[in-house]
Amino acid sequence: MWAYFTRRVLIAIPTLWVVITVAFFLMRLAPGGPFDQEAPLPPEIMANLKAAYGLDQPLWWQYLNYLGGLLQGDFGPSFKYKDFTVTELIGQGFPVSIQNGVAALTLTILIGIPLGAMAALRQNSSADHAAMTVAMTGIVIPNFVVGPLLALVFGIWLKETVFALPVGGWNNGAFENRILPVICLALPFIAYVARITRASLIETLRTNYVRTARAKGLPFRMVVLRHAFKTAMIPVVTYLGPATVFLLTGSMVIETIFSLPGIGRYFVQGALNRDYTLVMGVTILAASLVIFLNLFVDLAYAWLDPKVRYE
Amino acid sequence: MSTVLEINHLTVSFDTPDGAVQAVNDVSLLVEEGECVGLVGESGSGKSQTFMAAMGLLADNATVSGAIHFEGSNLLTANEKELNKLRGERIAMIFQDPMTSLTPHMKIGRQLAEVLIEHRGVGKAEARKQARAMLERVHFPEAERRLDMYPHELSGGLRQRVMIAMALMCEPAMLIADEPTTALDVTVQAQILDLLMEIKDSLGTAIVLITHDLGVVAGLADRVAVMYGGRIVEKGAVADMFESPAHPYTQGLLACTPRLDEDITALVTIPGQPPNAQSLPGGCSFHPRCTYVTERCKAERPILETTAKYRAKACHLDALEAAE
Repeated sequence: MWAYFTRRVLIAIPTLWVVITVAFFLMRLAPGGPFDQEAPLPPEIMANLKAAYGLDQPLWWQYLNYLGGLLQGDFGPSFKYKDFTVTELIGQGFPVSIQNGVAALTLTILIGIPLGAMAALRQNSSADHAAMTVAMTGIVIPNFVVGPLLALVFGIWLKETVFALPVGGWNNGAFENRILPVICLALPFIAYVARITRASLIETLRTNYVRTARAKGLPFRMVVLRHAFKTAMIPVVTYLGPATVFLLTGSMVIETIFSLPGIGRYFVQGALNRDYTLVMGVTILAASLVIFLNLFVDLAYAWLDPKVRYE
Repeated sequence: MSTVLEINHLTVSFDTPDGAVQAVNDVSLLVEEGECVGLVGESGSGKSQTFMAAMGLLADNATVSGAIHFEGSNLLTANEKELNKLRGERIAMIFQDPMTSLTPHMKIGRQLAEVLIEHRGVGKAEARKQARAMLERVHFPEAERRLDMYPHELSGGLRQRVMIAMALMCEPAMLIADEPTTALDVTVQAQILDLLMEIKDSLGTAIVLITHDLGVVAGLADRVAVMYGGRIVEKGAVADMFESPAHPYTQGLLACTPRLDEDITALVTIPGQPPNAQSLPGGCSFHPRCTYVTERCKAERPILETTAKYRAKACHLDALEAAE
């Protein structure tokens, strides 16, 4: 088990290196550069800027230089947010995204799984249809519609009531400020987890071993919780791994709608601005999370299904 | 001998998108204390569903009528709670496929112990001790060590022994074995059948043996019922039936069973296909495949008539012969 864990962590290093390399060169393939503006800069100034950031060097040299910096924990300066290093930008934004992400993930698990399980146990009842209709709605309505709708309801219609909620700003992570963005972030994930849980549990309830458990005279509640539930969670865990990466790294749409200082916006803005180092920084962060969570999911499989063994 | 289980005019049908499927039609059957009843038939003849109905394990789209009496209660009208008191405690069932019939993420010791914990309220340690004792009783080698194994770490034969031990934990009055050896190697099959035999003799458990294998029935059962198209077409004491099968279908089945004491040149089959439960043929369900078919067989369904003690058949044949 520990040997497996160590090996997976070691494999992560070349994986990350490949991600870094591909991202580095892909970024440079995109036309334009970080200092291109509508009104072109005088050539002398442009040359000076490029020299200051090392962009006048050959590409392979820039690449080696960047890797060398990474090895020392230096993600470089941001090209667009002057006076900030990438480490500082991520250091400021990531805690915001993480806090909302963890809250949304908790809601996803605490609401999505019981909702799906309830629907599965009352398959084809009106409760099942209602839950699945709501879940489908949650999946198909994009968050750039849900966000403003929530803002409209809780910020304007309910403005004079006790239900009024702030519709923007971080406010040092105040609870009220986080309610709407977290709901908006979690909604499609709750819906998806509910649907996966339902389908998976229905399938598990049809297995031979659930029939055996019923033939043993166990109360149905025990049959479900003890004999069916663990196996039914396998697809849910598979889905939650990558979903967690998305939740933790923030959503550009939600951070824009609710004016949150998270890092989701850096993915898009960084790429549009050709802010090479910032894009690399968030890419490395996301890739590391993907690698870590995949490892976590694989370890969870071994717990859910003893047939899975890692040596 | 007193009666353990009495099935009266049981009918089971399934509501499917393609229409109703008649799986079991007017089946009546007795199981007496400590005896072994074999229920024989092809796939889809309704033999498993008859006892799924008894266990309350029919699929949700099933409709049942008739009655199944077990120790004074009607299993068909009992609610889930009443059924749970009997299932695993007084009436137990083992299934065809031991590979998939045990919960994969639970150690076998826990799966065995939970039967006792649930029904008898015994403590964990005591339940584990009894689980080990029961495993030893079904000749499960190295029981103590293997209590902490998961099902996938055991062979098919061992898993079926776990299933049998699990069914016997509360020493039930009746054990339903649904094709208990079908998924196993031939040598393991023989061991499992020996074990069932031993259980019947030593514990006095009534056994219902559901199978398509006449050889299995011949070795183990006291009485046999043959099902075709959801109905019992013939029943009787096992020696009697094998000696002089009265129904053409039983005759056909026996003719199909290869025998060691005869030279075999070609395997015999019953011509035609098993009937479709959705559109059973009119008259006698077997008539399209029967060599002795008459006009009467096509028009009128023969009723199951008792011809001697324990002996009954549903066929017009004798009546015809008498008339000639």
